[in-house]
Amino acid sequence: MEETRPLLIMEGITKTFPGVLALRGASLQVSQGEVHALIGQNGAGKSTMIKILTGAYRRDGGSITFDAHPVDFHSPHQAQLNGVSTIYQEVNLVPYRSVSENIFMGREPRRWGFLNWNQMHRQAREILQRFDIEIDVTQPLLTYNVAIQQMVAVARAVSFKSKLVIMDEPTSSLDEREVATLFRVIRQLKSEGVSVLFVSHRLDELYAVCDRVTIMRDGQTVGDHTLSEISKLELVARMLGKDLNEVQRSGVTGFTPGTHHPGDPLLQAQGIRNGYKLQQADLEVRAGEIVGLAGLLGSGRTEVARAIFGADRLEAGEVSLGARPVRFKSPKDAIRAGLGFCSEDRKAEGVIPFMSVRENLTLALLPTLSRLGVVDHKRQQAVVERFVRELDIKTSGPEQKIRELSGGNQQKVLLARWLCLNPRLLLLDEPTRGIDVGAKGEIQRLINELAEEGLGVLMISSELEELTEGCDRVVVLRDGRSVAQLYHADLNQSIIMAAMAQDTAEVLPQTASGPPTPLTSQEQDTSHA
Amino acid sequence: MRELDKAQVQSPDGASMGGGGSLPSNPKPTRRPVISDRVRDFGQTYGAIVALALLLLFNAAFTRNFLTSQTLNINLIQVSTIVIVATGMTLVIATGGIDLSVGSLMAISGALAPLIFLSKTFPFSDPVLGIILAFVLPVLAVGVFGFFNGTLVTYFKIQPIIATLVLYIAGRGIAQVFTNGKLQNFNNPSFQYIGTGRPFEIPFQVILMVLVVALFAWVLRKTVFGRYVLAVGGNEEAARLSGVPVTRVKLAVYVISGMLAGLAGLVAIARNSSSDANLVGLGLELDAIAAVAVGGTALTGGRATIVGTLLGALIIQLIRYTLVANQIPDSAAQVVKAAIIVAAVYIQRPRQG
Repeated sequence: MEETRPLLIMEGITKTFPGVLALRGASLQVSQGEVHALIGQNGAGKSTMIKILTGAYRRDGGSITFDAHPVDFHSPHQAQLNGVSTIYQEVNLVPYRSVSENIFMGREPRRWGFLNWNQMHRQAREILQRFDIEIDVTQPLLTYNVAIQQMVAVARAVSFKSKLVIMDEPTSSLDEREVATLFRVIRQLKSEGVSVLFVSHRLDELYAVCDRVTIMRDGQTVGDHTLSEISKLELVARMLGKDLNEVQRSGVTGFTPGTHHPGDPLLQAQGIRNGYKLQQADLEVRAGEIVGLAGLLGSGRTEVARAIFGADRLEAGEVSLGARPVRFKSPKDAIRAGLGFCSEDRKAEGVIPFMSVRENLTLALLPTLSRLGVVDHKRQQAVVERFVRELDIKTSGPEQKIRELSGGNQQKVLLARWLCLNPRLLLLDEPTRGIDVGAKGEIQRLINELAEEGLGVLMISSELEELTEGCDRVVVLRDGRSVAQLYHADLNQSIIMAAMAQDTAEVLPQTASGPPTPLTSQEQDTSHA
Repeated sequence: MRELDKAQVQSPDGASMGGGGSLPSNPKPTRRPVISDRVRDFGQTYGAIVALALLLLFNAAFTRNFLTSQTLNINLIQVSTIVIVATGMTLVIATGGIDLSVGSLMAISGALAPLIFLSKTFPFSDPVLGIILAFVLPVLAVGVFGFFNGTLVTYFKIQPIIATLVLYIAGRGIAQVFTNGKLQNFNNPSFQYIGTGRPFEIPFQVILMVLVVALFAWVLRKTVFGRYVLAVGGNEEAARLSGVPVTRVKLAVYVISGMLAGLAGLVAIARNSSSDANLVGLGLELDAIAAVAVGGTALTGGRATIVGTLLGALIIQLIRYTLVANQIPDSAAQVVKAAIIVAAVYIQRPRQG
C-alpha cells in the first residue's frame, strides 16, 4: 500500500436519534487522491456518517480532522466552502437555468457589479473540457441527460476547489455508457489529487474504480481494506457480519426447515424484465413451499415481486399462475387471482396511518365484505376479531389508529390484510425488518405454518438465517438478474453470499452437494470463463 | 395487556431516548407526546361544534331578533349552496386533491337550465318533461366537466390545483357562450321550487342541503367507495397495492363534486329568478374550501368529515352574520373570516416526525 497523506480522519463518531443509536464509534479515513468506497447494508450508518461529515447532522461524539485541521461543519454549505462537496443520487441543481449558472451559482464572476457572462461561460467550458465533456454551457441544464447533469454537479464541486467529493449512489440512475463517463471523471479527479468517497452497492463498480473500502455494519466500522486485497465474498461476508469459517448455527429463527411438502407449481416467471433494475429473472414457486429471494441492495429483489404483482409494468417475460399465463395490469388483478404482496416499506406502502386497525386490516377484503357497495360491519368486525386473536396483535381495540401500534404489530396487521383474503401465493418483502425479536419469531413461525397448510410463499430477505432455515429453495439475484438457484439441502450462508458476490469460483469446489444451478445461458458462460 | 398498551402509546419521545445507551433497538416511529395529540384530536372532533355553540350563545345574548325563524331561515338559505358544493369538495380534498372549478361549473349548469325550460326551438309538448330535463341535463353536463377534471388529474397526472384551474377560468366563458353573454330572466314556479319552495315552512333548498349532507356522510362512512376515498388520501401507494382502484376513485370524486356544483347552480338561479353567467357561483369555490378546512377535514387528505363541513360552513356564515348584524362592515367581516380559516388550518398542521 502506498503511503499517502490522510485527507480526512473521522474517529469515534457517535450519533443518537430518538430511540436509535445510529453510529457507535464509527471511523473513516480517506487519503489524498484516493477513491474510497463506503459500503454497508440499509441502516448500517453510511448516510448518517456522510451527513455528519457535511454538517447536515451534528455528531454526539468523536472527532473529524480534514486537511490536517480539526473541523466541525455546521452546514453542507460551510463544508462545501471548505472543500467537501456532495453529489446526491438525485441531482440537486436548478433544471431551468443554464449549465454555466448551475456551476457558478452563488459566486458568479462579476464585473462592476454585473454578471460577467462571457467569463462565466468560458470558465464553465474549461472545467467541463477537463473531463472531456463538450456541451453548450448556455443551454438549460434539463436539456441534458442525468449523466451529464451529474457531470455538471461534479464540475460545480471542482470549481469550488473541492478536496473531497462525496458521491452517494451516483450510478443508480445511469445506464452503462453513462457509468463509464462517470468513472472517467472520477479517475480524472484522482489524477488531480482530489479524493472521492464513493457509496454504491454494485460490487463490480467498486472494484472498477475504487482504491480502498470502508465497511460499516450496525453503526460501526467493521473493516478498512485495500480493494485489491479483499475478495468480493469476504466483502459481502463482512458487510453482513458473517465469519466465513463460522459453523452454521441453526434454530435462531422461528422456521422449522424441511417440514413443507411442495405440491404443484403455482407461480412460474420466465425472463421478467423492467428497465435497468430488473433485467432478467426466472423463478418458480410451488404450493406449500417457501422460496427465498436473495441479493444485495439494488439487485432487483423488490422489483421482481412488484413486477409479478402488477405493481410495476412488466416490460418482457412470461408469468404463469397454476399453469395459466397471466399478466396483471394492476395489483387489483393480482389480488383477484389469489396473490398478496406485503411490501418492505411499511410506512410508505403499507399502513394508512389515520385509519384504524379494523380498516387497515380489511382494506383489501372490502369488496367481498360488502353488499351493493355497503360494508357489512358485522362480518368486518368478525374478521378483524379473528385475526387479532390468531396473530396475537397487541392493540387496545380494533378502532385504535394503526400508527399507534409498534412496528411488529403493524406488520401483523398488514400480514392479516393479506391472510384474510385466503390467498394462494404470498409475496413477502423483508417481512421481519425493523421489528422486535419476539414479533419476528412469531411472524416466522406463522409463515412456516401457512406454507405447511399449502400456501406458496416468495420471501425476500436480507437475513441469511431466514433464507437458510426458512426456505425450501433460494433464488439469488445479482444486478437485476437471477444468477443461481439453491435447494434446501445445499443451502448454507457462504454459498448464498458467494452467489450474491459473484465469487462463485471460491466456494463452489468446497461444497459437497454441487454448484448452484446457473439459470441463464449467459451466466453459465461467465461462471465457466 | 390493556395497561401495557397504554404505557407503550403514552411513552413520549423522551422516554425512549433514555434507553439510547443500549444496543440500537428497532427504530420506533417518533411520536409527539400524546397529550398534545389528545388536545388536537379533541379540537378536530369537537372544535367545530364548540365554536358553533359559542357563536349561537353569543348571538342569542347580543344580536337583536336572532332567535326568530326568519333569521334562522335567512342564514340557512344563504349557506345551503355553499354546503352542497362543499360536500363534493370534502370528498375531493379527502383524496388529497382540490377542485377550484366548482364556482364556474355552477355558472354552466345555471346557464343550461333556463335554455332548456325557456327553449323555443325544442318546445316540449309535456311541460313536466321539460322541467325534469331542466334539472337532469345541466347536472349531467357538469358531471361530464367533472370527469374532465378527474381525467386531467389521473391520466395526465396534472396537479389538482392546476387541473381544476383550467375549468375555473374556462367554465365561466363556456357558460357565456351558451347564453350569448345575456342575462336570462324567467318566472317558472315549478322549476324555481328548488330555490323558493317551502314545504312545512322550511325552505326546500335547506331540505335539499340536509339530504345531500346525510347521503354523503353515510357514503363516506359506510360504503366501500367512502373507505376507498379515505384510503387513497391517506396513503395512495398502499391503497393501490391493496387493490383499491385509485384512478376510478379519483375520477368519481371529481364527477361527484361537479354534479353537486351543478345542483347548487340550479338552486342559485332559482332563488334569483335569473341566471347571470358572470355572477352565479362567483367565488364560491373559496367559500367551500374554507368550510371544509374549518370543519376539520385534513387538507392533506386521508381524514374527512362531511358533518364537519356542514358545521364549518355554518360557523363562517354565522360569523359573517354576527358581524354584519352588529353594524360591523362586510369588509371587516372578510378579514375575520380569513383569520378563522388560518386558525383552523393551523390546528390541523401536519405533525412533525
